[in-house]
Amino acid sequence: MRTLALRGSKRRGPPGLEEAELRGFGEDYRRAQDATKTSPRSITTAVAASSSYRSHLQWLAPPATVTFRGHHLQQMLPPPPSAGTAIGRRRRARLCLLALSSALQPPVEKKEQSGPLLSLPVRHGFVVALAFLFVLPPPIFLSSSPLPLAACDAGPLRQRQDLDQGWSHMAANDEPLYPIAILIDELKNEDIQLRLNSIRRLSIIARALGEERTRKELIPFLSENNDDDDEVLLAMAEELGVFIPYVGGVEHAHVLLPPLETLCTVEETCVREKAVESLCRIGAQMKESDLAEWFIPLAKRLAAGEWFTARVSSCGLFHVVYPSATDPLKAELRSIFAQLCQDDTPMVRRAAASNLGKFAATLEQSHLKSDIMSMFEDLTQDDQDSVRLLAVEGCAALGKLLESQDCIAHILPVIVNFSQDKSWRVRYMVANQLYELCEAVGPEATRADLVPAYVRLLRDNEAEVRIAAAGKVTKFCRILNPQLAIQHILPCVKELSTDSSQHVRAALASVIMGMAPTLGKDATIEQLLPIFLSLLKDEFPDVRLNIISKLDQVNQVIGIDLLSQSLLPAIVALAEDRHWRVRLAIIEYIPLLASQLGIRFFDDKLGALCMQWLEDKVFSIREAAANNLKRLAEEFGPEWAMQHIIPEVLEKINSPHYLYRMTILRAISLLAPVVGADITSEKLLPIVIASSKDRVPNIKFNVAKVLHNLVSILDQSLVDKTIRPCLVELTEDPDVDVRYFANQALEACDQVMMSS
Amino acid sequence: MKGSGDVVAGTTTAEAPLPTQLDWKFSQVFGERTAGEEVQEVDIISAIEFDKSGDHLATGDRGGRVVLFERTDVRNHASRKDLEMDGDPISRHPEFHYKTEFQSHEPEFDYLKSLEIEEKINKIKWCQTTNNSLFLLSTNDKTIKCWKVQEKKVKKIAEMNIHASENGSIASSSTTTSTSYLPNGACAVIPHNHLSTDLSYPSGCSASLRLPVVVTSQDTCLIARCRRIYAHAHDYHINSISNNSDGETFISADDLRINLWNLEISSQSFNIVDVKPANMEDLTEVITSAEFHPTHCNMLAYSSSKGSIRLIDLRQSALCDNHSKILDEREAPGSRSFFTEIITSISDIKFAKDGRYLLSRDYMTLKLWDINMESSPVSTFQVHEYLRPKLCDLYENDSIFDKFDCCLSGDGLRVATGSYSNLFRVFGCVPGSDEATTLEASKNPMRLQVQALPKPARSLGNLTRVVRRGSESPSDVNGNSCDFTSKLLHLAWHPTENSIACAAMNSLYMYYA
Repeated sequence: MRTLALRGSKRRGPPGLEEAELRGFGEDYRRAQDATKTSPRSITTAVAASSSYRSHLQWLAPPATVTFRGHHLQQMLPPPPSAGTAIGRRRRARLCLLALSSALQPPVEKKEQSGPLLSLPVRHGFVVALAFLFVLPPPIFLSSSPLPLAACDAGPLRQRQDLDQGWSHMAANDEPLYPIAILIDELKNEDIQLRLNSIRRLSIIARALGEERTRKELIPFLSENNDDDDEVLLAMAEELGVFIPYVGGVEHAHVLLPPLETLCTVEETCVREKAVESLCRIGAQMKESDLAEWFIPLAKRLAAGEWFTARVSSCGLFHVVYPSATDPLKAELRSIFAQLCQDDTPMVRRAAASNLGKFAATLEQSHLKSDIMSMFEDLTQDDQDSVRLLAVEGCAALGKLLESQDCIAHILPVIVNFSQDKSWRVRYMVANQLYELCEAVGPEATRADLVPAYVRLLRDNEAEVRIAAAGKVTKFCRILNPQLAIQHILPCVKELSTDSSQHVRAALASVIMGMAPTLGKDATIEQLLPIFLSLLKDEFPDVRLNIISKLDQVNQVIGIDLLSQSLLPAIVALAEDRHWRVRLAIIEYIPLLASQLGIRFFDDKLGALCMQWLEDKVFSIREAAANNLKRLAEEFGPEWAMQHIIPEVLEKINSPHYLYRMTILRAISLLAPVVGADITSEKLLPIVIASSKDRVPNIKFNVAKVLHNLVSILDQSLVDKTIRPCLVELTEDPDVDVRYFANQALEACDQVMMSS
Repeated sequence: MKGSGDVVAGTTTAEAPLPTQLDWKFSQVFGERTAGEEVQEVDIISAIEFDKSGDHLATGDRGGRVVLFERTDVRNHASRKDLEMDGDPISRHPEFHYKTEFQSHEPEFDYLKSLEIEEKINKIKWCQTTNNSLFLLSTNDKTIKCWKVQEKKVKKIAEMNIHASENGSIASSSTTTSTSYLPNGACAVIPHNHLSTDLSYPSGCSASLRLPVVVTSQDTCLIARCRRIYAHAHDYHINSISNNSDGETFISADDLRINLWNLEISSQSFNIVDVKPANMEDLTEVITSAEFHPTHCNMLAYSSSKGSIRLIDLRQSALCDNHSKILDEREAPGSRSFFTEIITSISDIKFAKDGRYLLSRDYMTLKLWDINMESSPVSTFQVHEYLRPKLCDLYENDSIFDKFDCCLSGDGLRVATGSYSNLFRVFGCVPGSDEATTLEASKNPMRLQVQALPKPARSLGNLTRVVRRGSESPSDVNGNSCDFTSKLLHLAWHPTENSIACAAMNSLYMYYA
C-alpha cells in the first residue's frame, strides 16, 4: 500500500533481509520480555516504543505488491517510513504478540519442536513470521504461485507410521519397495506437497515399475490425471521432458507425447511453456520417422485447437517438426503457421511472433523470403502493441538469417519504422535491441540509418525509452568508430546527464565509464570527465551510487586524483543519507573505495564514517558495518586494524543500548579471525568475558556464541583458563537460551580439546 | 424486438428508419422479496456483469459473494431446432438459471491503518474463456481476485498400494486380477491387469506395486478456484476494473490512481495515472470510473468527479497523467448552484461496442459522447429531472451521492440506467429517436407506461405525474412521492440481445423485448 506513495520506485530488499529483520524483531521481543517479565500487555508497548522496531515493520508488513510508477525498470529506493500509521502498527504488534505469547512460553517446548537447526533468535523470528501469516491476510501465500515449491522430503515420513500396519501384510521380499509404494500412493494424496514430492521422484517410480509398465500404466495414468494443481502439473511437465530413458529409449519416446499434449492446453502459462520445452527436448531426440508419425499430427492438432491455449503452445513446436516433414507437409505447416500469425486472439499472434525467428531458422532460403517475410510484415503492422513489440525481437533473429542485402532491403526499413513507432513500448524494445540489429545489418547501414535512429531514441520524449537507450550507450559506441561516437553520440550523452528523469541519469551513470576506452584518453578527459563529475554531484542517490560502483574503471582511465576532491563529499552525503538502503549500498562499496583511494586518504576521511555506522538505527546497517570492519582489516592488515579500528570499537561496548553492544560483539567475532590470536587474546577477549555479566540475556547468549567462535582461534591454555570458566558460569544462567548456547560452546571446547 | 411495434405507436416520422420502441416484458426474477420480508444488508446486489457471449451473467453482493447464472434457452433451443426455426418469440428471449456461487471476498482488517475492509464486491469483469472454464475478476475496495470456475467430474481414489484402514485389501503378491480386492465394493472396472504384466515383466518383485486407481463418476460439480490475488496496490477504494483487448492486461482504478496489471503477474503493477496532488488540500477532483477501449489496446477513458471524461493513449507515455483528449461540457453560465459540483460527478462510463461512442452517467443525466467530439455530448438524456427541486432533501439524506450504473445495448441503439423507486429508464439514442421508457423492476415493468403520454420523456410535468401515480400503489409503504431507499443502481444489458438484468436490492430482475 505504501508502495504507491512514491512515484517511480520499486521496493527491493537485499537478499536475506527479511530474515535479518525478523531476527531483530525477535531480539526486541526478548528485550521486552526481559524488561517486563510476565505481562504480555506491557510487552507490546515496550516493543512498540523501541525505535528499531519500527524499521523492522517495513519488512514485516503484508507482502508488498511492487507497484511501479510508470514502467521504470530501475531499482529504486524504499519509501521513508511514514509517520501516520504508528497506531495501526502498535495495534498490529499487539495482535501478533498476543498470538505469540502462548507459542513462546515456555521456550523449552519450542526448542524441542524446531530442534537445534535454527539458532534461537532466528526461531523467535520464525515464530513471529508464522504468527504474521495467521494474523494478516496473506495474499502471497494464497495465490497459486506458479513457482515450484521445494520438494518436501519430510513428507513421506509423516504417514509411514499409520501405514506400517497395512504394509506388513505384504510379502517380506517386497520390503525394499515399501517406500516406492508410498511414493506411488502419494501421487494421489490430498496434500499437494506430497503429490509434488511424488511427481518429482517420478523417475524412481518408473524404474521400480520397469520400462514396460511405465509405458503401459504410469504414462496413461499421468495422462488421465491432469487436473491437478499448477505446481504439480509444472513438475510433471518438467519430469516428462527427461523421461525417455525410463520408457525404453528413443523408439518409445512417443508414448510421452499424449500427457504433454494435454499439458500444452492448460491455462497456466508456465505449465504450458514447460510442456512445450519438454516436447521440444523429446522431439529433438526422436527419430525422423517417429516425428512424422507422432509429432507432426500432434503439432497440427494443437494448432487447430479450440482454445487459444493449445494454439499458443503449437507455435513453439513448428521448428522441431518442420525439418523432418515431407515437402507437401512442409507447405502445410507453413500455411498453418501463417494462419497462426493471423489468429483472432492476440495471445496466439504474440506466441507466433516470438517463435517466428526459431521457425524461420529451419526454413529453406527460398521460403524464407516469400513466406516468412510476409508473415513478418503482417506482425509488424499488427494493431496490438504487444504483438508489434515481440516482432521487434524477430528483427534481429531474421536479420541474421537473411543475406546482407536482403536484410537491408527488408529488415532495415522495419527497424527504422519501429524506432518511430507511436507506442513507446515498441520504441523501448528497439532501444534495447538496436545493438543486435546493428550487427545484423552491418556497419554501412548502421552508419547511414541506425545512428540517426539511435540518436532519436536517446532524445525520445518518453523517459523509459531514454533509459533503455542510455543503458546501451557503451555497447553501441563500441561498434562505431570513435569519430562517429564523438560526433553524434557524445552530445546526446551530455544532454542525458542533465536529463529531467533521475532514472535516465542513473542508467547513464552505470554505463558511462565504459565509453572511455572507445573515446580515448583525450576525449575522455575533455568531454567525459565533466559529465562524470556532474553525475557525481547528482541530487539523486542512485546516480551517485552507480558512479561510485564503477570507481575501479575510472581509476584505470583517468586516475583517481582528479576525482578525489569531488568524490569525498559524494561519499559522505551517501553515508548519511536518510534512506537506509542507500547507506547500505555505500557501505558495500567502502572496501572498494579504500583499495582505490589508499590508506592515508581513508584514515583521514572515511574512518569516522565506518564507526558511525556501528550505531545506526537500522539493524542491517549495523550488521553491514561490522562486516565492513572485517573487510577493511583484511585489506589493510592487522596492524592497521589494531591502531585504527579496535580501540574505537571496544569503546562502544559501554553503550547503554543493548542492541549496540550486540553489534560490537558481532564485530568482535568477525574481526577475531582476521587480526589473529595475539590481538584477540590481548584486546578482544577481555571485553567479551566482561560482557558475560551483562544484564540482558541476549548479550549473554551472544557472548556464548562469540566464545564458541573464538575457541578455534585461541590457544588451548587460554581457552581452559578464561573461556571455559566463563561458559560454565553461563550454563547456570536463569535464562534457558543462554544456558543452551553456553552448553553448545562448551561442547565445542571439548571437541577442540579432543582433537588436539 | 419484433412484434412490439404495435404496442406503443412511435411518434416519429415515417421515412426515418428508426428502430421501433421496445415493448419490455418481464422474463425472470431471482431472489424475489416476499411482502414484508426484510432485506439482509449482505444480500444486496452490488455488481452485475454479462460475459462477452451473453451466455453467462455474474452478480456480486455486499456479502462478498459472486453468483453465476447460465443461459439455458440456447441449449434447449438447439435441441428443438427442427420444431421451430423462426417465430415464437417467447421461447427466444434469454433465460438464465442459477449456476453456482462462491465467496469471493471476506471482510478483512488492515492492521497498518486500522481500517476495516468491506467484503462488498465493487465490480466484476469477465475474462476470456479458456478450456471450458470461466474466468472472472472481482474486486472489493482493495483487492482484486481472479477466479476460475470449472466443471469437474467427481473422482474418487478407489485403490492404493497400502490401506491404512483395510488390512485385507492389500494385494499380497497378487496373481489374480485386482478387481476382487476392491474395498467398499466400488463398481469400477480396473483398467490395468496385473496378470499380464506379471508374466511379461521378469522382475516379479515390483509386480506388487500398482498405481492408484481413480474412478471417475458421472457426477460433475462446479468448482470455483481463486487463481490470483492482486493486492496491496491501492491506497484508496477501487471503483473499477477493466480488461484490455490484448487479453493479457487489465487496469484497476481507485479514487486517485489507475494501475495496470498483467493478468498472470499478481506481484507487480504499473501506475499509469496519478492525480494525487502533492498536497492533499489541493485535491479538487477524483477518478470515479475507468474503462479500456473495447478494441484499441492503447486507449482508455476515465471519468472524474468534475464531470469530465479523459481519454489517454498508453502509447504516448508510460505515465499518462496528461490526457490526450478530454470530453467536457462547458456548463451553462449562471446555472451553478451549491449542488452543481455534486451532481455533475460521473458515476459510471461505458464504451459502446464499436468503441466510438461513450456513455456516461451523472446524477441527473445520461450523456452519450462521440469520442471524436470533445466539446459536448451527442445527446443528453434526463433521467430524473423531477428531482431537481428536491436536491436539498437528497443532499440531507445522502442520496445525492448514489452512484448509478449505465449500460448500452449491444447494437448501440439504446441506453439504460437506473433511478429511484426501483425504476429504470431506457432511451433510444439514434438521432431523431425519442424513445424513452420508464420501467419498474417488478413483475409488471410496464405498468407505469400505461398512463404515459405518447411523449413521455423530456417533459418534467408528465414524468412527475407518472411517478406519483406509480408510488401511490400499495407497494410503497411510506407514501412518499419517491422512494429513495429502493434505488436501482446496477443494471446490465445483454451483449447481443435486448435483454436487461437489473438489481433491486437483493433481487435480480430480467426483462426482454
